[in-house]
Parts: sequence; structure tokens; C-alpha cells
Amino acid sequence: MSGTAPIPPITGTVSLAVPVERAFEVFTGAVNTWWPHQYHIGQAELAEVVLEPGVGGRWFERGVDGSECDWGRVLVWEPPHRLVITWQINGSWQFDPDPEKASEIEARFTAGGPGESVVEVEHRYFERLDGGQAINDAINGGGGWALLLDGFAKTVAEQG
Amino acid sequence: MSAYGDAGLGLLGDPSRRAIFELLARRPSSVQELADELPISRPAVSQHLRVLREGGLVVSHAEGTRRIHRLNPEGVGALRTWLDGVWSAALTDFQKTAEATTPGLESRPEDVEEQP
Repeated sequence: MSGTAPIPPITGTVSLAVPVERAFEVFTGAVNTWWPHQYHIGQAELAEVVLEPGVGGRWFERGVDGSECDWGRVLVWEPPHRLVITWQINGSWQFDPDPEKASEIEARFTAGGPGESVVEVEHRYFERLDGGQAINDAINGGGGWALLLDGFAKTVAEQG
Repeated sequence: MSAYGDAGLGLLGDPSRRAIFELLARRPSSVQELADELPISRPAVSQHLRVLREGGLVVSHAEGTRRIHRLNPEGVGALRTWLDGVWSAALTDFQKTAEATTPGLESRPEDVEEQP
């Protein structure tokens, strides 16, 4: 890596009233049905989001004009418990084919009670993306991000 | 969903500021164009843009007599902030879709959780 300081990951958790196998199936095979279509990278309006199953599978969007815009690749495919895919849209909002400059999204699927599951998602390694230095400079240089961190620390402190 | 970008934590905690950010994610715009899309005044839009610019999420340049504002193209910060909103919406929709498409279940949208 380029030696840049880590950028905090994005994390989220959802509890589902479906079995873990079903959760994995919907997350991967039916990504187009749940991905909010207003969020995409390509110039054309989004027609569908595709995640090809298995290690090496592509993750991409297809526009209404048929154009495709790559988002990343599948790194780990372990149904129904674990999925790791890359996000290779960089700080210039462009796809970077270099796997060394990829951020990663890990999704962990855990069985809860009968017919229940928990899905934890972590989007990490933003510092690997080109354009990552700017945010590090901002964090370490006392800019807006440092102010945000201060605010976060205060909130945490207030909530004890 | 995370330390940055959460409600009350700064740059995008304000709903109007988040709306401006989302509009600029779709296309670069002038203050007037943003004001036309939002229920707030031009001066209010300008004020929010100033905060977004100082936070490094938005850059501005002159185009003729107008100033055009857009998301910082050199910033993983802007990308990450955008993705924060994406994942928040996506996981909510994922839960709803998974439960709605699995036979014999009723939706439980209140179960969506966020981690600090």
C-alpha cells in the first residue's frame, strides 16, 4: 500500500426475519431488487445492478442505454455466511482496474433464532483508493474532518 | 451509519445540506439551480455550500458569470460520504425486500439497526 493512514470503514447491521440461506441468496442473487436505483456511477440512468456469483465474478451496473460500468469483483464467496467484494470506484468517481487500489465490502451472514438472521456489512480500505490522500490530509490537518471527529467524540461522551 | 455523516455530526447532518449534496452527486449546479429544486432560499443554499466547500466535499468554479458547484472530484471523502448514504438506504431496502419476497413473513422495518 502507499502508506496512507486508514480511513474509517462504513459499517451497518440489519436483522432479518428470514433464514440465513435466504438472506445470502437475496443479498447476492437479487441485488438488483433491493439496491436503491438512484445510487449509481454511470452516466446513463440505471437499468440494473448485477453481481455475478462466485470468486472473480463482476459487480457492475448496466444503464438503460446498455452501457456497463464496473464497480468491483467478488473476492470471497462462501454461501451462506460470507461475501467479500471490491469497490473500485475511486476518488475521481472512476473505475480503477488495479486490484491493489480496491476498497472492500465484507458481508457476514449469521443465523439468529429460528428463521432469523443478522447481516453485518463493512465497507473498508478507502485509503487504498486513488484520491485517498486528500481526505487523510484533511483529517490530519485539522480541516473539516477533524471537526467532525471532534463532534463525534463529544456525542459519544455525552451518551456515556 | 458511521462516525462521519451521521445526523448531528456535522457536514451532512443538516437535511438541506444533505439534499444539496445529493443533487450535486447527480450533476454540477449553480446556486439558482439548487434553490429551484429545494424549499430554501438562495442565501440559505449559498450558506450550506460554503460549509460543504470548507469541509472538502464540494468544489466551485466560475463558468461565465455563474459559479458552478460540484462534488470534489479529487476526494475519496466525498465518495465515502456518498457511500455512507448509499449503504444506509441499501441495507434498509435489502431487509424489506428479503422479508417481502420470502413466503410467510411480514415486514419488520423497525428492526433496521445502525452501528456507531
